[in-house]
Order: sequence, then structure tokens, then C-alpha cells
Amino acid sequence: MATTPTGAGGLTSVPALLHRNATEFGDAPAYREKEFGIWQSWTWSETRDEIEALALGLIDLGLNEGDFVAVIGRNRPHLYWSMMAAQMCGAIPVPLYQDAAAEEMAYTLGHCGARFVIAGDQEQVDKVIEVQRELPGFEQMIYLDPRGLRKYDHSKLHQYSHVQDAGRAKIDELRPVMQARIDKLNYDSTCVMLYTSGTTGKPKGVVLSNRNVIETSKSSSDFDDLRQTDDILAYLPMAWVGDFIFSVGQALWTGFCTNCPESADTMHVDLREIGPTYYFAPPRVFETQLTNVMIRMEDAGKFKQRLFHYFMNHARKVGPGILDGKDVSLFDRVKYHLGELMVYGPLKNTLGFSRVRVGYTAGEAIGPEIFDFYRSLGINLKQLYGQTEATVFITAQPDGEVRSDTVGVQCPGVELKIADNGEVFYRSPGVFVEYYKNAESTADTKDAEGWVATGDAGFIEPDTGHLRIIDRAKDVGKMADGSLFAPKYVENKLKFFPNILEAVVFGNGRSECAAFINIDLTAVGNWAERNNIGYASYQELAQHPQVLATIKAHVEEVNVSVAQDEMLSGCQVHRFVVLHKELDADDGELTRTRKVRRRIIEEKYADIIDALYDGSSEVSTTTEVTYEDGRKGSISATLTICDAATSAVVTKMAAE
Amino acid sequence: MLDQTEGYVTADGRQIGPVVMEMKNITLRFGGVEAIKDISFDIREGEIRAIIGPNGAGKSSMLNVISGFYVPQEGQVFYKGAPRPQMKPFEVARQGIARTFQNIALFEGMSVLDNVMTGRLTHMKTGLFSQALWRGKAEAEETANREVAEKIIDFLEIQAIRKTPVSRLPYGLKKRVELARALVAEPSLLLLDEPMAGMNVEEKEDMSRFILDVNDEFGTTIALIEHDMGVVMDLSDRVVVMDYGKKIGDGTPDEVRGNQAVIDAYLGVAHD
Repeated sequence: MATTPTGAGGLTSVPALLHRNATEFGDAPAYREKEFGIWQSWTWSETRDEIEALALGLIDLGLNEGDFVAVIGRNRPHLYWSMMAAQMCGAIPVPLYQDAAAEEMAYTLGHCGARFVIAGDQEQVDKVIEVQRELPGFEQMIYLDPRGLRKYDHSKLHQYSHVQDAGRAKIDELRPVMQARIDKLNYDSTCVMLYTSGTTGKPKGVVLSNRNVIETSKSSSDFDDLRQTDDILAYLPMAWVGDFIFSVGQALWTGFCTNCPESADTMHVDLREIGPTYYFAPPRVFETQLTNVMIRMEDAGKFKQRLFHYFMNHARKVGPGILDGKDVSLFDRVKYHLGELMVYGPLKNTLGFSRVRVGYTAGEAIGPEIFDFYRSLGINLKQLYGQTEATVFITAQPDGEVRSDTVGVQCPGVELKIADNGEVFYRSPGVFVEYYKNAESTADTKDAEGWVATGDAGFIEPDTGHLRIIDRAKDVGKMADGSLFAPKYVENKLKFFPNILEAVVFGNGRSECAAFINIDLTAVGNWAERNNIGYASYQELAQHPQVLATIKAHVEEVNVSVAQDEMLSGCQVHRFVVLHKELDADDGELTRTRKVRRRIIEEKYADIIDALYDGSSEVSTTTEVTYEDGRKGSISATLTICDAATSAVVTKMAAE
Repeated sequence: MLDQTEGYVTADGRQIGPVVMEMKNITLRFGGVEAIKDISFDIREGEIRAIIGPNGAGKSSMLNVISGFYVPQEGQVFYKGAPRPQMKPFEVARQGIARTFQNIALFEGMSVLDNVMTGRLTHMKTGLFSQALWRGKAEAEETANREVAEKIIDFLEIQAIRKTPVSRLPYGLKKRVELARALVAEPSLLLLDEPMAGMNVEEKEDMSRFILDVNDEFGTTIALIEHDMGVVMDLSDRVVVMDYGKKIGDGTPDEVRGNQAVIDAYLGVAHD
């Protein structure tokens, strides 16, 4: 391949890659953003000029080598450029979660001691100003969208374009300084620092070197044959390692184009307009899309419904086989093509998946029905397993070996081993340098030989070599009778029902399991509407007797399925409660990446958990809630506690 | 009372300019009913001026006088220093006055974008024929107008509903679309008739934010009618209070709040 140089020789930093792209395919689009209703685009050479202007402006403002530059905002080309500009100045970019509350931001900004902050808009600027007194290191802030900021005190505040203008004005004077700093960058210089979402305790700053980022980008791009002509949609939080690797690492390595949506609300329309060829989404996004399709089909005419279901049944039967290149009879193939014409094609177009060549999902387990739905349409959706500490990639599914219950084989360059307690360890060129200012945690996670503990328990299937993840290693426990307790395994099965948004299973050290359940307001609300069931609030809908009955049926179905597994049959849910509020990251119950924080939930809802185990039939509770702007309130409710039937344990599995 | 000659500086430091529109002894009758009785006040450049009052106080009639829709039987309206003659609505629009309505007046079957574009009509110069043929200047003109419309759509954060027919939108969003249509006309005076009526707290907060931003970003003079006192007091620089067609108070929100006549009008007084 002429456009994808092999070997990282000479290309040992982000600025070097940028320079190569600007010279080799300078006229190809590098970034697009929809603004004012039109896709605005920048070529690689324009991108380099923009970034250089900003970098010069930053040096002019006094940015030093080794400084941390926090970048906060939604996905916009200018903010990606900010990160690269910081690297050109020898500084270290630190993207932060834009939806974090001010005090969360104060912690991360204080921890890295960021001198410069580059913020997307007034909202982010306000948050930083609110906490700036706690940040002795903070000096300058640059904002992108000037709206509403005109009257602010501009002694420390600068508009992005003005910084660029200042940089352009002093180009002759400052360029040598910038070039000298770029020349000093090597494979081991720090490329970026990313904060973990903090499933347990405070977020940790993961330091990734140029080697981590470039080696990973290179091997993963090869693995999936990513091309310079590919398109991705950047809509996931910039603070997340995945977005950094896709929209900066792989984008720079292969030179493909990163497309930014107009706003968070327009993401689905923008997805359809761009039609990405390489697409990543957490299971939740796929779930929501499928739910929407199903809801809209319910409202469609009889003929369309029959057509849809007829061809979808056929797709489920042969679609995945065709995608994997297996033997499928000619008749079935012809019928599938007819379906493509009538149903699959238009549906993929509506979803924005017409051009997807490689699609990934990760972060959580995906429901088999959801996974198969997309694959049967001919979308090459695969799973990967990774974490920030590995610069994303640990395992991924190669084309043709895709299944919903594994996370694939190790990526090129990655070694895997399973410890005696079942915990998965890995070693790769992507392994992080350290946790910033936290040598203790670094030592706990990474041993002297470079093996990193994932914190997940899993095993490698002997015949296929695929890795299967059971649960977080520390969440795996023992029931009172000594049998294995793996809450996530059960929770995932529960969450595969569209009506259930979130589930938390308890039972470690107890004789039986109990669960908290959150209903999915979209799915259940739609069902209520169709059945003329009125409700005034989330709380009322959640406690509706028919809703409780539906959830009970789901739980019992899961119990039947759990009973099939000899090892985990003790994890059947005996009693459950449907919660009166959605678990929320603002209340600290979920991480910003929407993972359940068990300890906090256990403490906060101790009264409900007690009621689940003391046999009472209902419980009155008051819960504190935090609103988006940080104010607090409380809601009280009386919750019904439901019993669910459990299934007899199958001692020997029959066929499977 | 404030100094009436050269303008003033608001509490948050904005410079308010000279008088843009002045009402002098306006009296408006419908048959035997006197909707407005001998009212005088002015609107200054760059300020947010509110007209408040209980139901039936004559607020909407007053706004219609300002917009030129009603012609008062007595008194005169001065716009930019000169007495204003009787005008047709399109002539008012050309003078740089735009408004929204209490009961939303959008084209329900058209998309948000098309509705917003209608606000640009006064800025279109090419004829029906060239627009239909899409030749020459018509195309360039459409592009330029679309750009203005898109900037306002971005400003009011309604990108996600750009192509949605208005009939499918919830009430709060329709109000925002109406504001967008008024704004694309690039008015120097914007009249808002109960912009928050029927909204929930969150929608009111959003709308207040947008009104402040419009005033700040485009320097638009805004005259609004509202009966949510809390909102009015937060937003406006000066407030006129009306009751039974008469002006019972005029001044900054604080002055008005302390005015006994206003308190009586809102809370009622015991009749002996």
C-alpha cells in the first residue's frame, strides 16, 4: 500500500505523523464538522496550518514544555487540533469529560496541575471559573465558541481564533522555538494523559507515550485493514481513550477523515449523512437504535410490517453466514438479495450504516439478539475488549470469527495470561507508562515484567482461542453455600430485555440473590402508550402492577437461563425491586461511562437491600438526587418488593 | 426616575443608548371601551423593556400600538425621532421591527427551516419570476439568506429539528422557532408577546437565556410582555406596569417592586 507506510521509522510523534499526512495527502479531507447546516471540511494541509497557528499562539501565551493542557468540550475539530497543538509545544494534552460537574473537574484539573485549559463554550468556561480558586496551577483559558463570553474578564481568557491570529503574527519569531520542541519529541515522550472513569474511587491519570499510541494505532489499523479513504464519526466523549485512538491515533496513522456532528442531538441525522465506513458505538447505542426501529415498525402499516418480519426472519437465518463467508444455498442467497433490496438496504440507510465496513462495540456485553440483528443485516459488527491502560486494544474479533459471547483473540502484539483466580493479564506495546503521581497504583496494576492486571475475570476457550469475560474480578464472590457469585453475568442477561435499562444484583456472602432493576423509559413508556396506561411520572410507571408483572416474567426467564449454567446456577434472582429513579452518574451511582458503582449503590440504598432480605413486601424510602447544575433534592417512594420463581438447577447440561 | 436624555448604564454594565421609540399620550378605544388611557413611555436603544400587568390591563393592545397594527385615537408614536405615519405590516417590518405572537403563528405544515426562512422575505429583492427559474441573482440571494437563517438556528440550538415539520414540535420549541423567525429579519426592535406563556420552569430558563443572549450578542432592543413577575424582574432593564389601561408604574425592576400601586394591582386591595 503506497499510502500506508509500514514501520514506524521516523514517525515517532503526533506532529511527525501530521506532517507526513500534510505532505503525502495534503488535499484529502482530514476533518469535517457540520456547522450552519453544511459540512465544513479541512484538508490535511489546512489542518496542519490551523494546528501550527494555535501552537505558536500557545507558545506566545507562555506554554512550556511538560505543561498539562486540559481540553474540555464536545467533539469538534478545533478541540482535536488543540490536543495536537499542545503536543507540538511539547506539552501534554489532557482531555476531560465535558459533562463532569465542576467539583469533579476541580479534582482532575488540580491533580494534573493544568496551567492551560482549552474549553469548548461558555458552559465549560463557567465550570472552570467556578473552581479556579482551588487550582493554584491554572493560568490561562482559551475558549472556542465566543457566545455569551464577551463580557467576561479577559485577563486570563482568550478566544481560540485570536490565539491563532497572535501565533500567525509571530510566526517568524516563534517557529524555530516550536520546531526545536517538536524535534525533541521521541517515541517515549508522553503523548496524552487520560483519566480513567473511576469505577472505584478517584479517577487516575493514565500516561500514554507516543509508542503506546502509535504502535497500537498501527497494529489495529492493519488488523482491520483501515484505509486512508475511510470515514469515522467522532461523537463519543473526547476524554475516553477509544475516541483518542480512533479520532487522533488511527486517523493520523492511516490519514482517514474524522467527522464531527453538529450537536449531540443531531448525531443520528449526521450519522446518516456521513455514512461512516468505520464505526464504533457502545452496546447502549445499538440497543437504542434497535428499540427505535422496533417501535417505528409497530406504527407502520400491516403490509410493511409483514414484509419487515418476513425478510428479517430470513436475514437472521442466513445473514450472519453470508457475512462470514460460509456456505449458503443459492436460493437463500437470492432471497437475501431480494431482502437487501426491499428491507435491509433501506433500513441500513436510515440507520446510517450503508457504508460500514468495520463496526465495533465494546465497554459492556451486548445482547445476542441485538448483535445478531445488526450482523444479519450485513453490517460487520464485531466486539473488542480493551481498557485505557492498554491504549484500548487487548482482544478483538477477526472477520469471520464473530460471536456475541466472546471478545475475540488477542490483537497483534498482545500477550495474554490467566491468573489462578481467573483474572486476565496482558502485556503489549500499548501498555501505559504509569498512573500520574500514583506510583503505588502503578505498581499494583503493572508488574516489573510489564504484565497488567485487567481486573476482569475470564477464560480462554481452548478450541477457538477466544477470550470470554465473566465479570470484574473483584465483583466475583461466593454465595453463602460456597457457589460462585458473578453479578454482571446475571445483570447482562437482564439488561438484554429492552424493558430493562439497568440491573444491579446482590448476593455476595448471602444465601440467595436479589436485584435492583431500572426500567427503560423509552420502551416501557411506548408500551404504556399503546396500551392506554396513563402515568404521571417515572416513579409511577415503574411501580405500575403490569410493569412489575412484565419485569417479573423477564427475571424468571433469566433464572431459567442461569439455571442452565452449572457453575453459576446459584445466582438466580429470588427477589427484586424496580427502582423509583434511574441510576445516574450525577448521583455517583454510575461512572461517566455508565458502569455501575456497586459499593456506592449498596451504601445509598441499604434500606432497600435490607427489605429485599428481611421478607417485607414493600419499603418506603427517600433518596437524595443531584440535578445537572449540582443542586440537590430528594424523592421519596414506597416500592413493592416482588418475588420471582427460580428454576431447578440442571446438574448436567444436556446438549450444549 | 432615570435620566431621560442621554441614556444610562445598567446594573450589569451595559450602555443603553438614546430613545428609539416614544409613546406620547396614547389613548386607544374600541368603540366605547378605552383599552389604553393616556399612556406615555419610551424604549431606548439596547435595553430590554417589559410591559407587565394583570389580565386585561391592555398589554397586548399596547404591543400592537408599538408594532403599528393598532392606530391610537389620540397621541403619537415617535420612531427614531420622527412621528410615525400609519403603516401596513410589511412596511413596519421593513423599518426593522419584528415580533412573536402570544398564540404561536407559524406555518404548521412547513419545516422549521422554511418557517425561519420566511423571516427573510423583507430582505429578498429578486422577483417571483427569477426565483421560480432559479436564475442569476436569485440563487446567490437564497444562499446569503440561508446563511443568516442557519446562524440563527445555530444560535437558538434548534439544529436537530431543522427539517421537522412545525406541527410535530412541542410548544416550547415552537416558541423558539417563532423567535428564530423574528430574529432572521435582523430587527433593531424585537417585540415579544408573552414569550414564556405556558412553559415549564426549564423552558422558561432556556428562553430567558436566549432573550438575554440575543440582546447581548446582536444588541437588539427588546420590548416584551409577560405576566410571570419573576422572569420579568430578572430579565428587564426597565418595566412599565399597566392596570385597567392606565400606566401605574415605570422604572427599574427594583423601583417597580417597591411601588404601592403595583403591589395593589397584583395582590388586590380591600374595597371598603
